[in-house]
Amino acid sequence: MSVFEYAPAPESRSIVNIAPSYGLFVDGEFVDGTGEPFKTVNPATEEVLTEVSAASEADVDRAVRAARRAFEKTWGPMRPADRGKYLFRIARLLQERAREFAVLESLDNGKPIRESRDVDVPLAAAHFFYHAGWADKLEHAGLGPAPKPLGVAGQVIPWNFPLLMLAWKVAPALATGNTVVLKPAETTPLTALLFAEVCRQADLPAGVVNIVTGAGDTGRAVVEHDDVDKVAFTGSTEVGRSIARAVAGTRKKLTLELGGKAANIVFDDAPIDQAVEGIVQGIFFNQGHVCCAGSRLLVQESVHDEVIASLQRRIGTLRVGDPLDKNTDIGAINSAEQLARIRELSDIGEAEGAQRWQPACALPERGYWFPPTIFTDVSPAHRIARDEVFGPVLSVLTFRTPDEAVAKANNSTYGLSAGIWSEKGSRILKIADQLRAGVVWANTFNKFDPTSPFGGYKQSGYGREGGRHGLAAYLKGADQ
Amino acid sequence: MIGNDRLAVRKTYKLYVGGAFPRSESGRTYAVTDAKGHFLANASRASRKDARDAVVAARGAFPKWSGATAYNRGQVLYRVAEVMEGRHVQFCEEVAAGEGLSSGKARAAVDAAIDRWVWYAGWTDKLASVLGGANPVAGPYFDFSLPEPTGVVAVLAPQQSSLLGLVSVLAPVLATGCTAVVVTSQERPLPAVTLGEVLATSDVPGGVVNLLTGDAEELGPWLAEHADVDAIDLTGAPAGRAMEFEREAAGTIKRVVRPPVTEPDWTADPGLSRMTPFLETKTVWHPMGV
Repeated sequence: MSVFEYAPAPESRSIVNIAPSYGLFVDGEFVDGTGEPFKTVNPATEEVLTEVSAASEADVDRAVRAARRAFEKTWGPMRPADRGKYLFRIARLLQERAREFAVLESLDNGKPIRESRDVDVPLAAAHFFYHAGWADKLEHAGLGPAPKPLGVAGQVIPWNFPLLMLAWKVAPALATGNTVVLKPAETTPLTALLFAEVCRQADLPAGVVNIVTGAGDTGRAVVEHDDVDKVAFTGSTEVGRSIARAVAGTRKKLTLELGGKAANIVFDDAPIDQAVEGIVQGIFFNQGHVCCAGSRLLVQESVHDEVIASLQRRIGTLRVGDPLDKNTDIGAINSAEQLARIRELSDIGEAEGAQRWQPACALPERGYWFPPTIFTDVSPAHRIARDEVFGPVLSVLTFRTPDEAVAKANNSTYGLSAGIWSEKGSRILKIADQLRAGVVWANTFNKFDPTSPFGGYKQSGYGREGGRHGLAAYLKGADQ
Repeated sequence: MIGNDRLAVRKTYKLYVGGAFPRSESGRTYAVTDAKGHFLANASRASRKDARDAVVAARGAFPKWSGATAYNRGQVLYRVAEVMEGRHVQFCEEVAAGEGLSSGKARAAVDAAIDRWVWYAGWTDKLASVLGGANPVAGPYFDFSLPEPTGVVAVLAPQQSSLLGLVSVLAPVLATGCTAVVVTSQERPLPAVTLGEVLATSDVPGGVVNLLTGDAEELGPWLAEHADVDAIDLTGAPAGRAMEFEREAAGTIKRVVRPPVTEPDWTADPGLSRMTPFLETKTVWHPMGV
């Protein structure tokens, strides 16, 4: 396998101090929830990290009322420049406590420290820094002469990028003058609760940010609360549908960032080595727990064998294991439930006739693990070519002509992202134009930036997050 | 126009689907009266099957219409205004009869409808500059965002304003590059059918606009749940049914324009509010210097 053995290079977890139990963060205070408390585990070891309060409907109601008060009394009337300054403070505090957030994220989520340290946390800080600057410049955003906030935003986020998704939701909401009630995912609540501490260190007025932990019931209470003016959700298309149904006929403005099944298209004139790196980055980044993951590889027939051989060689060098080890490429699957889903869909892939390939790799005995996997001989009708696996599983399909590539890429109910690998500029621009996807990465993949709008076509959702476009989701009358 | 001794040749009002003027496959019609209750014509009462045929036509027309240059789309929309101008008298008569307006008010409505096409014609080649742009990402990438049409849009047109209201909800859909399946005002459908005749002779490719006369209450649910409809405008949804249609639309994550509480003043400047719901933002990244 590898030429050199790596010595373990574990990041110390002593920088984080996890309390034996956590409450909700409502109206600037940590309070106990009245729902049934739940445990959050380290998916790499199955060790219970702590116990967390669940917010009942009454707790959510308290949080929404606190957010409403803050909207009316402090945050709403505040000078926009001062709102911006609070966001700058938060950005700085996230940078100051970056290592702590990174370690805690890797412990609670299972993602490699290399990613939480180099991607999740710096990008979260960048989102606050970017949006801080918008707070007193909204009238220049092209969204109307005097854009007005909506009020209270109810936000529900997933477990794959817990802190980063929080930043994507909270930063634009606050910059536009809204207050928030945010529900983190039940398997990854800890960085959101640490963020609550950051809000206190920033002296953010009470009630501007409220964090209600819990599972689906808590999320439903947030979404369905009468006094919520805006609902923002990132997660599965199935839950997105039920949320869209729940807000139908109300005044609530809705944005949805849902599932994906991105095509990553490799043409015969692509730089193969770069493309292979991009394919790996596209599907194995964050264990494939990425809605925009490049999970359908479309390879031009003439380079199929070369690409697959190179890809297998590269996958053989990926290190799967301890998320806190700085050498680790692929960490733990976030939960037993998700692991079961990945196993089930992979088994179906094999049963339907696709060829499974996995590198020889030793997995830790405890914890939730799934090796990097590629399926070849996949047909467009196979479940693994259509369903979102949300794991380190790549389906490989082939094409002969650019038109066929586009037709296959667009043959999906999803339309979140896509990739194109080619050295030919005019080909890239033409294919990018034809793909029905919200984000197209050409000769790169899985790049994110607060200035760059992100969001889907079709059943991958609606609305954009990031950039000037993302502000519209939190302003009255601004539909774009 | 018609001499005293000459018996008028009346028009048969039919649907406009896929560039043709079929009757409803169901064979159903309903009597349309003027504001005072006098018979005007029998309009086709579109069925679920007609709605589905219209969606097929709209989907088929989408690649060409969305792929046309913005300049070309602008010229086609301007052409619609030109051809409407030639039918000014006919539109005035139909609007006056259907809406019970004085000839002066009907003329003002027709003028505004024509001018609205001109206004949207001028938008087609400006949307990308106004709504798109380069994104200054923190890394060596060229990153830009552009608006693109969302696809097939179902439109429940206003019930009251039979021409100006209709044009105000239809022209923006076309300006974005989307194609449309429109359920017209039920009680005042005649100007819509005449508009179909204008569209058929204005270089608007067949299938880009499909006009169904009939009952939005009957057709709304089918369009709201149809898997090949990308967005639905509920402006003319029958009272009390919009919420149900919005729920149906959630099944396929459609973009939804909720109905106003009361029918708006269609003479007001619409801004971008009727185009942005039917536009997707696409962001493209490419490395620089690698």
